[in-house]
Amino acid sequence: MPVKFEDFDFVRQVVRDHVGILLDTWKTNLVETRLAAIARDEKLASVDDLLRHLRARPRGPLSTRVVESLLTTETSFFRDLHPFEALRQFIFPDLIAQRQAQRRLAVWSAGCASGQEIYSVAMLIREHFPSLLDWSLQLVGTDVSSTMLEKAAKGRYTELEINRGLPAAALVKYFEQHGLEWQIRLELRAMVEFLQMNLAGTWCALPKMDVIFLRNVLVYFDVEKKREILARVRQQLHPDGFLFLGGAESTINLDNDFQPTYFGSAVVYKLRARVGEAA
Amino acid sequence: MRALILDDSRAMRTILRGILTEVGFEVLEAASVRDAIAVLGQGPDFDLALVDWNLPDVEGIEFVRQVRAQRKYDLVKLMMVTTETEAGQVANAIRAGANEYIMKPFSKQAVAEKLALLGFKISQSEHA
Repeated sequence: MPVKFEDFDFVRQVVRDHVGILLDTWKTNLVETRLAAIARDEKLASVDDLLRHLRARPRGPLSTRVVESLLTTETSFFRDLHPFEALRQFIFPDLIAQRQAQRRLAVWSAGCASGQEIYSVAMLIREHFPSLLDWSLQLVGTDVSSTMLEKAAKGRYTELEINRGLPAAALVKYFEQHGLEWQIRLELRAMVEFLQMNLAGTWCALPKMDVIFLRNVLVYFDVEKKREILARVRQQLHPDGFLFLGGAESTINLDNDFQPTYFGSAVVYKLRARVGEAA
Repeated sequence: MRALILDDSRAMRTILRGILTEVGFEVLEAASVRDAIAVLGQGPDFDLALVDWNLPDVEGIEFVRQVRAQRKYDLVKLMMVTTETEAGQVANAIRAGANEYIMKPFSKQAVAEKLALLGFKISQSEHA
């Protein structure tokens, strides 16, 4: 049954209140499908019944479940490839040279969903920069969805997921097979930490980052929230750090403190040097 | 760019041909290892071969071994495209000389990502 306009609007508001994201108005089909599935799973009589529960407790566990079901969780290993080539060829060699005294490096995958991005970074480090394993290395994935974080921490993926962007040699080397699923080996999982965090809410204490992946995340927020998030990302990034956005995203007209820079085919955002600071 | 699809399923060859031609490959097909060797022997240069594991004459991995035994094919990228999903088989394929491995069923996007891993310059659509 098609969702009524006022119900769609209510669900949209719940999502916005929870995670700061405004669902596109064309997503009525998605809302219908997900609400129907949750109503069935929760053994509720109907979608209307589910909506009554949501209205009674808009911040309860059921609304969290509804919100999480409506978030985009699309991700893959070594997604778009260029950012990882940039890390391998330019950024990690540069950071290793710059951080010799501190021997400390932190990488953050913001909006990490099921974790493939930060595990890709971990594989890249093991494969090409094993000396970093002796450093204080912090690889952090954050997401608003506890369901996604649970999956990310387990590091267990279906065949469809390991088909996506993962080199076969890495599959053999860094995964073990459990029936139809593949799990990232413990030594790689131990390199990565996952934390629950709403980018539009209160941020947990994170170290200053050398590299931040914020790819295909800003696109879901309105302009004001994009600006707020970028301002906080700016505080979280070392002055000589590197920010990756999605291919269709940019800081232009949102935050002039970031400057796009090209590393091979990848666009990376660097903070402009302030007056009086070294470049 | 030229590719050879080695698969005994006409439907699978059609699917793969569609994906490859869309990203700019000229495609030739073979339904058995014997046919594939014959196609190679006719001389056209190949950049890529997609190889099924289970074939009517011998296993696709045998084709991989035969291609890798000839230096003139060193630059040809070989990708297994198969329902075989055991970790040991993936490892065997790599040891035999396969560059990549994709499990059936697969999405068009997954094939495009594998082609990018193999170094082919093709346009990949951005996903939100």
